[in-house]
Amino acid sequence: MIEILACGPLTTVQDAGRPGHLSLGLARGGAADRQALLDAAALLSGVAAPGIESAGAPLRLRPDVDCTIALTGAPMRVTAGGKPLGWHASHVVQAGIVLDLKPSGEGVYSYIHVAGGLDVRPVMGSAAAHLIAGIGAALHPGDRLRIRAPATPAAATLVRPDDRYAGGTLRCVATPQTALFRKADLDRFEGTAFTRATQGNRQGIKLDPAGAGFATEGQLNLLSDFVLPGDVQMTGDGIPYILGPECQTTGGYPRIAHVVTADLPRALQAPPGAVLRFAFVDLPTARAAVLRPPAVAPTLRDPAAMADLLSYDLIDGVIDAKGEPWRST
Amino acid sequence: MTDFPRIEPLGEAAWLVRFADRLDDGANRACLAFRAGLLTDPPDNVAETASSLGSVLVRMDDPRGADAVLSALERRLADRDWQAVPLPPRRLWRIPCCYDGDAAPEIEEAAALAGLSVPDAVAALSTTRVRVLALGFVPGMPYLGTLPPEWDLPRRSDLTPRVPEGALVVAVRQLVLFGTSSPTGWRQVGLTAFGCFRQDRDPPIALRAGDEVVFPAIDAEHLTDLQGAADGLGGSVAEDLE
Repeated sequence: MIEILACGPLTTVQDAGRPGHLSLGLARGGAADRQALLDAAALLSGVAAPGIESAGAPLRLRPDVDCTIALTGAPMRVTAGGKPLGWHASHVVQAGIVLDLKPSGEGVYSYIHVAGGLDVRPVMGSAAAHLIAGIGAALHPGDRLRIRAPATPAAATLVRPDDRYAGGTLRCVATPQTALFRKADLDRFEGTAFTRATQGNRQGIKLDPAGAGFATEGQLNLLSDFVLPGDVQMTGDGIPYILGPECQTTGGYPRIAHVVTADLPRALQAPPGAVLRFAFVDLPTARAAVLRPPAVAPTLRDPAAMADLLSYDLIDGVIDAKGEPWRST
Repeated sequence: MTDFPRIEPLGEAAWLVRFADRLDDGANRACLAFRAGLLTDPPDNVAETASSLGSVLVRMDDPRGADAVLSALERRLADRDWQAVPLPPRRLWRIPCCYDGDAAPEIEEAAALAGLSVPDAVAALSTTRVRVLALGFVPGMPYLGTLPPEWDLPRRSDLTPRVPEGALVVAVRQLVLFGTSSPTGWRQVGLTAFGCFRQDRDPPIALRAGDEVVFPAIDAEHLTDLQGAADGLGGSVAEDLE
């Protein structure tokens, strides 16, 4: 069991969502940052999802069993029983210890997974809360989440955490409506440094164009058709929104571009104020750009940070007595 | 209309087979028939299909195999005139609807715009069989059509602040049965006790694209009774159509 001692209003259980229901008008949903799920699975060397998604608010958790947790997505400052824990890493934590997590200002969506995954009743094949659709509920202080199969795999660390938490350039492809925009507007779209506005949630994020909007030529009566997460939708006044995992499944607003799946985590992790740009790529490039499991390595602990150093067997086969173990050679 | 059908990429991992770019009953039938064929005999690497008002989405498992899926879709399109293919098996739903008083705040305005008396409008709406053209906006919420041409009502420019879940609203030769309480520019002509989505029901979403629906008239007292039904199906009954 993991008890939620404190959390923000947008804290939910998420997994990879429930694909396969577009014909029923139900979006896939699931984690806003799908790379963070892959990161957690790699760090826990197996079952990670479902886990906890937290959006920019402090969080306090207390497991009642020994378990290994993985911390991925938007970095937070974490302590366990008062001692700091690294982000982009997994840690073995002891039963009863209080995990205290605070937003760092980088990124938006943080993930806390536990080895074995949370035991949450699935709806239509997924444990993911989809609040817009009325599936599941936000987590509240006092909630206790069962762990499906608690385990304590060894601590690990992402070898090269990426930098998707501060905006940047998003690769995108044309949509069926891209050609409705004037060439000059498409050029301006690619040349604009958009600012991620404060308005944003799991349905989508608003961008501030810092100039004129992007209107189509006389196409306000488009027949409603399929909309996907990653679509860059223009409202009637030409303000772009990048759609997220809980977007509607159909819509009549024109989509100027579609952010490739591999770059959607970067889009949705951009915090308010971050700068986002778009770069059109061709379909073969977009299709080759898939999310990949990251490289992880066993965590090598810095002895200086180990308060319990004396409890470790330091000469068990890894120390070369003739070398200088604390200096790289 | 030599432009249609045509196939366009939708993102990097889906194709969109488009039969029309405006509301067209024949194109919607073609969408339903074409998608039914994909469900019966799915091409390799197809993860999911869905039909909408005028298009069919085909999502792939592996976008790197997109070219082969495109070829398979092109062959199927060329195979027959999909507008002429009979509709796949579907159901006929009878969903009781109250067209009186608080349940139908805009029935008088809608009837006037359609050039009908209120009794004639209710008679038409309560007996016309419409088809689920698509589900969307919120899970399980049907867009139904196509109504006769007198119902080609414009949407209101000022939104109705809020219609209740279960509201039957009309515009542009379509009905929508609202799946949530929401603002809308469509006019509310009735109220049902039908829940489009109930996560604890099996199945949570009852309607399918292609199903046909009639909304027989009931009085307000009967509606109140049906609103208490635990299954959230509002007293509706469904029969199979071949």
